[in-house]
Amino acid sequence: MSALLQLRDVSVRFGGLVAVDGATFDVERGTIQGLIGPNGAGKTTLLNAINGVYRKHSGTITFDGETISGMHPFQCAKRGIARAHQLVRPLNDLSVLANVTVGACFGRENLGLRQATKVAEETLASVGLGDRAEMLAGKLNVAQKKKLELARALASRPLLLLADEVLAGLNPQEVADMLGIFHHIRQQGVTVIMIEHLMHAVMNVSDRIVVLDYGRKIAEGTPQEVQADPRVIEAYLGDPVVAARFLQEGA
Amino acid sequence: MRRYRLPFLPLVVGLIAILAAVPILTSNPSMREELFLVFMLVTLASSINIIMGYTGYVSFGHIVFFGLGGYFAFYLMQVQGWHFLAALVAAAIPSALIALLIGIPILRLRGAYFALATVGINEATKTAINNFDPFGGAVGMFFNFSIYAQYGGAKAAGELAYYVMTIVAIATIATSYVIKRSKFGLSLMAIREDQDVAMVVGIDPARAKVVAYVISAVFPALAGATFFFKNGIIEPGHAFDLLRSIESLVMCVLGGVGTVAGPIVGAAVYEWLRGFLITNPTLANFQLFLAGLLLLVVVLFVTPGLVGWLRNRFPVLRSYVP
Repeated sequence: MSALLQLRDVSVRFGGLVAVDGATFDVERGTIQGLIGPNGAGKTTLLNAINGVYRKHSGTITFDGETISGMHPFQCAKRGIARAHQLVRPLNDLSVLANVTVGACFGRENLGLRQATKVAEETLASVGLGDRAEMLAGKLNVAQKKKLELARALASRPLLLLADEVLAGLNPQEVADMLGIFHHIRQQGVTVIMIEHLMHAVMNVSDRIVVLDYGRKIAEGTPQEVQADPRVIEAYLGDPVVAARFLQEGA
Repeated sequence: MRRYRLPFLPLVVGLIAILAAVPILTSNPSMREELFLVFMLVTLASSINIIMGYTGYVSFGHIVFFGLGGYFAFYLMQVQGWHFLAALVAAAIPSALIALLIGIPILRLRGAYFALATVGINEATKTAINNFDPFGGAVGMFFNFSIYAQYGGAKAAGELAYYVMTIVAIATIATSYVIKRSKFGLSLMAIREDQDVAMVVGIDPARAKVVAYVISAVFPALAGATFFFKNGIIEPGHAFDLLRSIESLVMCVLGGVGTVAGPIVGAAVYEWLRGFLITNPTLANFQLFLAGLLLLVVVLFVTPGLVGWLRNRFPVLRSYVP
């Protein structure tokens, strides 16, 4: 079977700025794909291209055997692409349960309200927000909002989850909790693309990693391969020779 | 755990039906007139709540559909000689179609731009009707008194209009309730909270908003048709009166935007208050001033409105009062 998601020469331009420049890679079914790179490398922009927020990109994106380039975000969602945003975006005046029910209702399975509520309750329990169901989403703390964002995405039972820095701003205990949730997600067979700046986390949890810099893919491979790649070290730290010396001295 | 839930809708419908029967049984025409107006205001406020409260789009010129419904029905009765009930149903159709045609472009606008566009549409429609001869132009249209003969005289026609207005109000509340509790309603509220997120989770906002707008346009059209049938005269300034539009927004805000019960409570309280002020000799001159002051107080200190405030104060109410 072919890869779940195939990107072929995908570029996103904002006027003269090329935010993503000819990205080409595959995401295999059931894997967690890390997407890393320095700030401004185009990671979030690439996710926006995948789920249709930036519909006007060049190149081709194929999802589950179907070309989805040019589709609206809601059409991508119906086909099974869910998104957890970097800056959490809860529906503040709705209850936590209603937020997650929205995810279950309108996603891939298009459930009725009653069934969606049940799925939402299960999903909330699985991310550890079961006791907050009746609260207004706006009243949660940051870590809880991050979990809510993830729960809303997961409740749609997606084929592909786009997770944008879900670990940012969490303390070590919360990060550990969240990584537990990701292991659970992987067991359910959901494919994940995760953007992450916490290197130990992304190296730990990812099957493969793609590295972007200035909108271009500069490396791709297993976490070990990527870590050892001089171009990656250069992108993060500057001159590779200096960086290697710096790392040795540091150690 | 299963919570016992009071059947809100049958309760409210029952109360309105009982209330509506009182002036008929006691043959009290002034109370009937008063209730006719209250039911009309409930209809206007509840229907505006569907687009403003649930979807988050403040339709400032929503009265345009009241006027259009009134004009279409009046034309069918006066010029084509239709029966009121036939004209009532028929008038809702072009009003809904116009809402569809207007809604598709203007619902792309957000915030203040949408509100302004709806005011513009109301004013443009008023001007157009002012110059539209089949509808009587600036003079408008009026019934010959004999037209009420087929309903058994003016008094019987007035009663028929009263019954119809009661049913329209009940239908509006029922629709508002069903939407609020439905998957469609959830999609509207998701759009209200964050349209971009709604789109990412799989909602087509453009379609949902237009459907909500058309639904919220049908009931004012029915109310307009009924009101001007009873009134016997229709002219542009009265049909497309922006002040009435603003008043229905005020009732919504007063009662609680986005709740089913809010616009009902808001309309009743507002009308009761106005009646009180107008009949009080010292306060009569300050009627609009006090109404404005009240709005200011609500917006500043009780932002969620009366029903919203009660729901926040006593969370138990949340499951009883939608």
